[in-house]
Amino acid sequence: MKSISIKNNQQISFDSIPVLEYDQFLDYNTSLLHIEDNHCVNYYGIPQQGNVQLICCIANDKNGLINISSAVVTLPAILESFSQYHFAFEKFEREIHENFGIHFINHPWLKPVRYPVNQSDKNNTISNYPFFKIESEELHEVGVGPIHAGIIEPGHFRFICNGEQILHLEIQLGYQHRGIENLFLQKKKLIELHTLAENISGDAVVGHTTAFVNLWETLCNQETGADLHFARTLALEIERVAIHTGDLSGMCTDVGYQLGSAVFGRLRTPVINFFQQWCGNRMAKSLIRAGKTNFPFTADLGVTLINVLDKFEPDFDDMCNETFGSPTVMGRFEKTGLVSNEIGKSIGLVGMAARMTNLNRDIRTSHSYNLYETLAHQPILKHHGDVYSRAQIRREEVKQSLAYIRQLIASIPSENLSRKSLPQPSANVFALSLVEGWRGEICHCAVTNDTGDLLHYKIKDPSFHNWLALALAVRNNEISDFPISNKSFDLSYSGHDL
Amino acid sequence: MINNLKILIHQGKQYIPDVTSVEIPGVFRGRPVISNDKVDEKALEEICPTKAISINPVAIDLGKCTFCGECAFAFPNKIKFNKEYKTATNSLELLVIKEGVDNPVELNPDLIRKEISDYFSGSLKLRQVCAGGDGSCELELGASGNVNFDMGRFGIEFVPSPRHADGVVITGPITKNMAASLQICYDAMPEPKIIILAGTDAISGGIFIDSNAIDRSFLETHQVDLYVPGNPIHPLTFINGVLDLIRKRNK
Ligand code: SF4
Repeated sequence: MKSISIKNNQQISFDSIPVLEYDQFLDYNTSLLHIEDNHCVNYYGIPQQGNVQLICCIANDKNGLINISSAVVTLPAILESFSQYHFAFEKFEREIHENFGIHFINHPWLKPVRYPVNQSDKNNTISNYPFFKIESEELHEVGVGPIHAGIIEPGHFRFICNGEQILHLEIQLGYQHRGIENLFLQKKKLIELHTLAENISGDAVVGHTTAFVNLWETLCNQETGADLHFARTLALEIERVAIHTGDLSGMCTDVGYQLGSAVFGRLRTPVINFFQQWCGNRMAKSLIRAGKTNFPFTADLGVTLINVLDKFEPDFDDMCNETFGSPTVMGRFEKTGLVSNEIGKSIGLVGMAARMTNLNRDIRTSHSYNLYETLAHQPILKHHGDVYSRAQIRREEVKQSLAYIRQLIASIPSENLSRKSLPQPSANVFALSLVEGWRGEICHCAVTNDTGDLLHYKIKDPSFHNWLALALAVRNNEISDFPISNKSFDLSYSGHDL
Repeated sequence: MINNLKILIHQGKQYIPDVTSVEIPGVFRGRPVISNDKVDEKALEEICPTKAISINPVAIDLGKCTFCGECAFAFPNKIKFNKEYKTATNSLELLVIKEGVDNPVELNPDLIRKEISDYFSGSLKLRQVCAGGDGSCELELGASGNVNFDMGRFGIEFVPSPRHADGVVITGPITKNMAASLQICYDAMPEPKIIILAGTDAISGGIFIDSNAIDRSFLETHQVDLYVPGNPIHPLTFINGVLDLIRKRNK
């Protein structure tokens, strides 16, 4: 047996993960990716007294299983790279290289990922990133960031341009690195772990916290109550509506369409204010808790939410019709920031960014969790892979989420008043949790030790896969189109840098 | 065009007429009020994820609090959060809410530098620097300028270039990897300039304070003019805090 197949949110004993010879490990996982239904949801290393155990998690989107395999390598190591056979492993191998100093032969570029505190080469500093260079009289470089013009997170973009045209963009991240995965091991109280999960990415609080609590309950072998399933599913869809709407506002801003910018912006307000009414926080921090809730969803809240949606929806429709009917907007959206289906597949795109290139990848359908099976979710797909596709996906996903929210609210489960308190996590187990956040799939993996404490915690934000798509999308675009392309992906810096 | 106008008219008035007195609907954890009730103080202290609660006597440090509400759920008679969003202040001591004291959080007018009221009371341009913030405070700072909260009406605005800025608003616990960039940005701003820390992570490091990936030395060498608590901050907390900072100095 080369791997063990598990479901989303299934606990297995850590020892049941097959340990392969590296050559076999490489063969097995890279050949899995030749099948289109498979994609890599996580690939990382766990340090073990001078060795590293590499864990590779390949999800099959058809049968809903995730194949986990591993290999133990002794440091220092020089290994053949996965990336030479499939490009989707590119970032994962860079991360393993950065953390453990493992050298991968035939990797296209083993560059730093985030300059973490535990990097193996302590001489690497964020100010000496090895950017690609082209020697030419005609070309020039443009450097932007880490601090950007707007109120956003930091990251550095280095363009090589021919006049106004972008030939190449390299994105250097790491400025946001807070050492969050290490903190998951340092902190012992459950409330501390919740707080960490809520702070991974502040615009995907529900997504990451749900991934964490689903995982934690799995580790504890605790069934999730019906009311908790309900609250998490509902909150995920509200978050999707809020952020997609805010992003449509941002996209209008970036093409100078003031009306759309203001109206979508103000439409987001009542949606996040609803989170505030539910739990006291506009970003839904404090809402999601493992094994309990402090904020039961009442029938009154249901009525309030329906009122919010009833006011929201017609205005949203009007504003969408106007925006998508406006030649000045469409002129900037269409054929800008293209990513083809081929490229999407090869770099392993996930989430909304995958679906806009007609790549059917949506954890809600393929590896469903919480209440998504009952919602019978069908992913929305677009074909063009441009800014317009990403705008359309948002519009249609907002509408779809609104329908799901209404469907959910039609039968609010009553609060479970006889909840059992959470037991300790099982000892020596592995579990994996996937959640389709508004950006795409979030993956949290945990391993526990003899006493049931966390031995290892791995977080993967969808941005980890998708930043490369932005770099490729802007090639041959005018540099003035960069902001709109960037906003149309709206990737997370903090989720990437961890 | 006609459709545009229709939509425009249909929006009606979206701005909050008075951002200094409006009431926040629903639940909001603003200022904690701690009663003199006797409780198991050790147990209370243990609940907090960010060591915001100190005991003997019981106090909550708003600079460390993530406003998760867990303490108030466990000890409802001891701790209640009211809906006051005016919790920004200019001294770390004033951020500490003590047992049995039920006073609003205010700025200490004597600590406000003279240049601030001389130069910035009618117009304040700010540069935002995110140094490990998770994006939520950044969203709320953005929202402070949107059509609902509209802080531009007071002449308070975010600007792209530090050269045009009168001050910096820092979010996040300040990562090692951002420390140098933050310093460069600050140095690029003309004097006089102010420093505002927005959110729990910026004020105290929050849940990240024990991480070796952060570097808070910038704060050891610079004077902070305003602390805005919250995780994330609420736009009303930010706007009111800044308004007080530029207006409240004792003449
Ligand atoms: S609300 Fe504040 S003081 Fe109370 S437990 Fe949460 S972080 Fe601690």
